[in-house]
Amino acid sequence: KGVYDEALSSFFRNVDTRSGGDGRDISKGKICSLKARALLIDMEEGVVNEILQGPLRDVFDSKQLITDVSGSGNNWAVGHKVYGCQYRENIVEKLRKTAEHCDCLQCFFIIHSMGGGTGSGLGTFVLNLLEDEFPEVYRFVTSVYPSGEDDVITSPYNSVLAMKELNDHADCVLPIENESLFDIVNKIHQMISSGKLGTIVKQNSLVTSSTGSTKTVQEKPFDAMNEQGKVTGFCAVKVVSARFEGSLNMDLNEISMNLVPFPRLHYLVSSLTPLYTLADVNVPSRRLDQMFSDAFSRDHQLIQADPKHSLYLACALLVRGNVQVSDLRRNIERLKPSLHFVSWNQEGWKTGLCSVPPVGHSHSLLALANNTCVKPTLMELKDRFMRLYKKKAHLHHYLHIDGMEQSCFSEALSSLSDLIEEYNELDATKGGPRIEPSRLKIAV
Amino acid sequence: MSVVTVQLGQCGNQIGHEVFNAICSDVHGTHGLCSKKENESYHDACKERFFSEEKAGVPVARAVLVDMEPKVISQTLSIAARSGYWKYDDRSHFCQKQGSGNNWANGYSVHGPKHKDVIMNLVQKEAEKCDRLSGFFTIMSMAGGTGSGLGAFVTQCLRDAFPASFILNHVIWPYGTGEVIVQNYNSVLTLSHLYQSSDALLVHENDVIHKICAQLMNIKQISFRDVNQVIAHQLGSVFQPIYTAEGALHYSRSPLGDLMETLVPHPEFKMLGLRNIPQMPENSLAYSTFSWPGLIKHLRQMLIANATMEEGIDWQVRPPRPGSSVLSKHSTSKLLHFNASIANLVILRGKDMHSADLGSFRDPALYTSWLTPQDAFNLWKTPRAFNKYEKSASLVSNSQLLLKPLDNLVGKAWNMFASKAYIHQYTKFGIEEEDFLDSFTALEQVISSYTIL
Repeated sequence: KGVYDEALSSFFRNVDTRSGGDGRDISKGKICSLKARALLIDMEEGVVNEILQGPLRDVFDSKQLITDVSGSGNNWAVGHKVYGCQYRENIVEKLRKTAEHCDCLQCFFIIHSMGGGTGSGLGTFVLNLLEDEFPEVYRFVTSVYPSGEDDVITSPYNSVLAMKELNDHADCVLPIENESLFDIVNKIHQMISSGKLGTIVKQNSLVTSSTGSTKTVQEKPFDAMNEQGKVTGFCAVKVVSARFEGSLNMDLNEISMNLVPFPRLHYLVSSLTPLYTLADVNVPSRRLDQMFSDAFSRDHQLIQADPKHSLYLACALLVRGNVQVSDLRRNIERLKPSLHFVSWNQEGWKTGLCSVPPVGHSHSLLALANNTCVKPTLMELKDRFMRLYKKKAHLHHYLHIDGMEQSCFSEALSSLSDLIEEYNELDATKGGPRIEPSRLKIAV
Repeated sequence: MSVVTVQLGQCGNQIGHEVFNAICSDVHGTHGLCSKKENESYHDACKERFFSEEKAGVPVARAVLVDMEPKVISQTLSIAARSGYWKYDDRSHFCQKQGSGNNWANGYSVHGPKHKDVIMNLVQKEAEKCDRLSGFFTIMSMAGGTGSGLGAFVTQCLRDAFPASFILNHVIWPYGTGEVIVQNYNSVLTLSHLYQSSDALLVHENDVIHKICAQLMNIKQISFRDVNQVIAHQLGSVFQPIYTAEGALHYSRSPLGDLMETLVPHPEFKMLGLRNIPQMPENSLAYSTFSWPGLIKHLRQMLIANATMEEGIDWQVRPPRPGSSVLSKHSTSKLLHFNASIANLVILRGKDMHSADLGSFRDPALYTSWLTPQDAFNLWKTPRAFNKYEKSASLVSNSQLLLKPLDNLVGKAWNMFASKAYIHQYTKFGIEEEDFLDSFTALEQVISSYTIL
């Protein structure tokens, strides 16, 4: 069994399960039993039960679960207003308990979907709650946005109502679209079957979660992706620098500091490379450079967006593995000319170097960007919302919930419209003349 | 007299560690040694300056390590201890868990006041270990949150607590194309605050050192460790024991005081640049020979033409001749080709340095008119070679060397400030727009002063 160290302690507690009750925390030494510092919340039991029967069952404590039976009926109002109210105390208590076990609580990760009822409604309720109860702690949200062919009819309502909450209460949001995950998985399938890759590719290994387990890609890519790999693996990469050593550490609070120039513009486009494992361990420079190029290509983004043709407000690169500052600089110099940066942030790069590579890879790169390419995603969302809202379709399901009024919808809509407008204004500056503001004059 | 080093943030701690390594390895080196007596004298002076004795025998660095997150300090402590040649005092460090988030305001307004007592206690303890304290050498980067913000705060505290001691801030100028997006804000705030409490700022630019690694040291995949080692070598070449006066019988006792006296005649001018030659891969050293005239000639031209390294020096640049028209001497263009100096210090280490002729550095045309060349120029030397270089020459210069980088920095920061980007991240912790304006004003003043030399 391994040693419980600083790195593991970011995400897990080491619990002595021999004693009863809550289990005493062991701060150093051998791993006894790892428990994730997490709360699992769902208003129906199916998914949570699966987790508790799966390979990660020992990692989650039953005391960290909050479930109900009937679900939220894909209704944001049910999730947010009804269950929110009902479970508020329970959630706060469990949060406090989990927080107490932390030496230093730096941030909360919220992982949810926007289109449904629980993740969207109760999820954003919890977001509000976190701001009230723990105002100093950063709130990072990973949101799965519904695709155009989503089978939940009311997903536009749920998403837009949730967006307002994200606008107002999240520090950083990483949107992810299922369509992009599909495309990435398909691409990998194609590459494997067409034999395009010159080297041996280990089948069925995606970048996976921090526990280091590899999951097989099944015939139903939707399940495969939703359950593992992409989202969790990606979240793990994001925080890894906080856990491991490197020559230029990058922390979570630094991400928020560097990538959010204005409070409401906190939506980050993310991409992760490489997506597959290569047999080679010592990758020559050319491949390394390819990794950087890929991070900026449309194919590797986790939302349907093309950052290269939009405007960058800021960009962060976090590299793991045997990559040095000169590799990083060389690639920044190489890629910079093809990217458009906003006039007041022409050299807006945040970089981090972590010497520990992820399991199964020799290195990886996570690119996080604040880019106006999220605008189309937001605009599409607004369009889908309007198509329903204009006809007042399905509104009654929401309005008859206690606490819901027409104004909730109109406020959410205007919040989204305002956000889109802010991105429009920035886009308008793209390619325009650079007027440097005149400097302060000093009397000689 | 002793120097207490305060290592601040990731950069400060990583560099500090390399500095002590370089100093130690130089002292234990076997190249270019002179007489036994000379070496012992060097060894003793170095020890007194940077290390204290421990009963166990391994010298203990006179240093305080500060960081707002634990990884770098724990790494630094353990690597030093493993070297077997020296170590840090196990108790002389302070760290927290959450970091400063690259936020100057967080470092300065939150962490600073919160941890002031603990940190100053550690400094006090180190200061008390010294028989006589020359002053403080702080190492920090300007780009991040801890080194920059907390560093500025700590410097202020040092000034308040030790009004009679010298404070030299070693400041790392980040890469131009970004390590941190808000680095220009952090830098502007740092420089303006340090200017008030520090005696001098000794600057190293990452871009410059990176080029040295690439072109002179032939390193293919340059790591921060490579960069830090070059920086440490250059610092060592300044701070190792030296004779500061002609015919002096013992090594100078007051390294920081001497430095300030020679280089900072006026509090408006505190920016010091550092050049050190030769610089080459270790395995080339055996095949190279150096001459003092050659080194001095190159160093002088590097000063005049503001060259950052020994390659690509512009030999066309000449100092203005006396009697030339007023117009050409005081050009209003900020991009003067000729680098005017206030004061310069040349340090020579290696055999036969007596034969070195520094007349060209005493040319009045190099300097402003306030000081005579006798006062404006100083020479320190020792026959004892430094760190495997049979002969090495360093230049510490208070001149227009840093004018262009400073101007660029302020320009970029101002550009961003005009759009108010990221300001909310600072006001969140108590640094308001007004504070930014004060800092900008202070630095424009410094730029203006250096421009009209």
